[in-house]
Amino acid sequence: MTNDQIRQAILQIISVIAPDEDLTHVKSDVPLRDQLELDSMDFLDIVMELRKRYGVEVPEADYGQLASLDSCAAYLAPKLKDK
Amino acid sequence: MRGNLLNDHRRIVITGVGLTSPNGNTLAEYRANLLKGVSGVVWFETRYMGKVLAGVCTYDPLKYQMKKEVRRGTRAGSISIYCCQEAVADAALDFHALDKNRVGVYLGITEHGNVETENEIYNLSRFNYDTKFWSHHHNPRTVANSPAGEVTLNMAITGPHYTIGAACAAGNAGVIQGVQMLLLDEVDVALAGGVSESIHTFGIFASFASQGALASHPDPTKASRPFDRDRNGIVCSEGGCVFVLERLEHAEARGARIYGEIAGYHMNSDASDFVLPNAQRHVECMQAALKRAGIASQDIDIVSTHATATPLGDIQECQALRTVFADCPKTHFNNTKSFIGHAMGAAGALELAGNLPAFEDGIVHPTINVDHLDPQCEIPNLVLNTPKKLPRVDYILNNSSGMLGINSVVIVNRV
Repeated sequence: MTNDQIRQAILQIISVIAPDEDLTHVKSDVPLRDQLELDSMDFLDIVMELRKRYGVEVPEADYGQLASLDSCAAYLAPKLKDK
Repeated sequence: MRGNLLNDHRRIVITGVGLTSPNGNTLAEYRANLLKGVSGVVWFETRYMGKVLAGVCTYDPLKYQMKKEVRRGTRAGSISIYCCQEAVADAALDFHALDKNRVGVYLGITEHGNVETENEIYNLSRFNYDTKFWSHHHNPRTVANSPAGEVTLNMAITGPHYTIGAACAAGNAGVIQGVQMLLLDEVDVALAGGVSESIHTFGIFASFASQGALASHPDPTKASRPFDRDRNGIVCSEGGCVFVLERLEHAEARGARIYGEIAGYHMNSDASDFVLPNAQRHVECMQAALKRAGIASQDIDIVSTHATATPLGDIQECQALRTVFADCPKTHFNNTKSFIGHAMGAAGALELAGNLPAFEDGIVHPTINVDHLDPQCEIPNLVLNTPKKLPRVDYILNNSSGMLGINSVVIVNRV
């Protein structure tokens, strides 16, 4: 997956776990929690969906890497390069 | 006249009703359908079993919840929120001005967590039972206080909340808990009643089927038939009903409409069988409630029966009713499950709610689907298939009972 595809994949996951949010203007370089009503349980949902959909494991120590769409792409690119 | 309840700050009244039933999402709609003979039972697809007969609610969850709340929470929680919000609106409470520390949420449940656990196990089965795919939402969804807790989150209520696990006696048990907390001065407003999401797990249907107690009928609207000779079991339903309970002085001070007063109540245990009701304990429960209300059985105008349409259970209840109401020419009997099936934890509260308008219109809604009355279920003044107008209704007695031998009775009087 390309970085842009990863950003789109994360947004698609967020659209499911936070269905009330308008995602059309999410900035990729700004932390998601600064733009959207997301709490710790939502981030666990993102981690779970990455596991279910792509077989990707995100260790707890790396949760901070999922802060923004850009950081998600940078962190997940090596894990998703063959997906 | 009632003998032993109390001055105005110890008299508890119903000032709001919020409900969702398989045949109505407001008290007005529900009552109209009870008087018109409209069933709420339909075919319902359930995992592993295919089509089953069930009572299914059609309320709009998004009336009071965000989509995310619905997704994160439980069906029981969603039903609870809908009912509590509707009850508060119906009571015309100035909810924003209320001290939320003095509002309590007391919801009866038959069970909770089966739906969520079954869903998780099904999800896990698609991942080769690898437990790392088990949701972090499972614990908050399945703690026993969950439906009531979801209400407090949604409505920013900071008073006490919990559920009362009382099998199918739970709807009355929730009301009784609310009354008791008001009498103890723990709260000023109690949101009390019962809820059920049970139809969303196959287990309740499968278990009743294995017990030989699951209704079957080619016409869903005819499937729930308490007291009928050809009844063959329970129709499982979802639903909820919550009452706003207040002290009379509190209600009068704000000019509230009063549906009725909790005149008496009682709960007891059969201590005799896991599933078969005990007529004698049921008699004792009704008699104790009458005693607390300070009235005689002859004073009761309407008895809302619990009967679920199991062959033995209905007979046991009728035996108890014939004992308690042996010489009560003005007492009439009806049954709500014939319309909506058995709403489990919500049943008692829904069945009481559907009868409350009788204080105003004097009409006893019937028991439907009785084509051939079982001789063992004959009771004088059992209102069959069409409503009956009475000159006046002053007292309603609401019966509920459940597995493990639990009985609950609530008596309400006109104010």
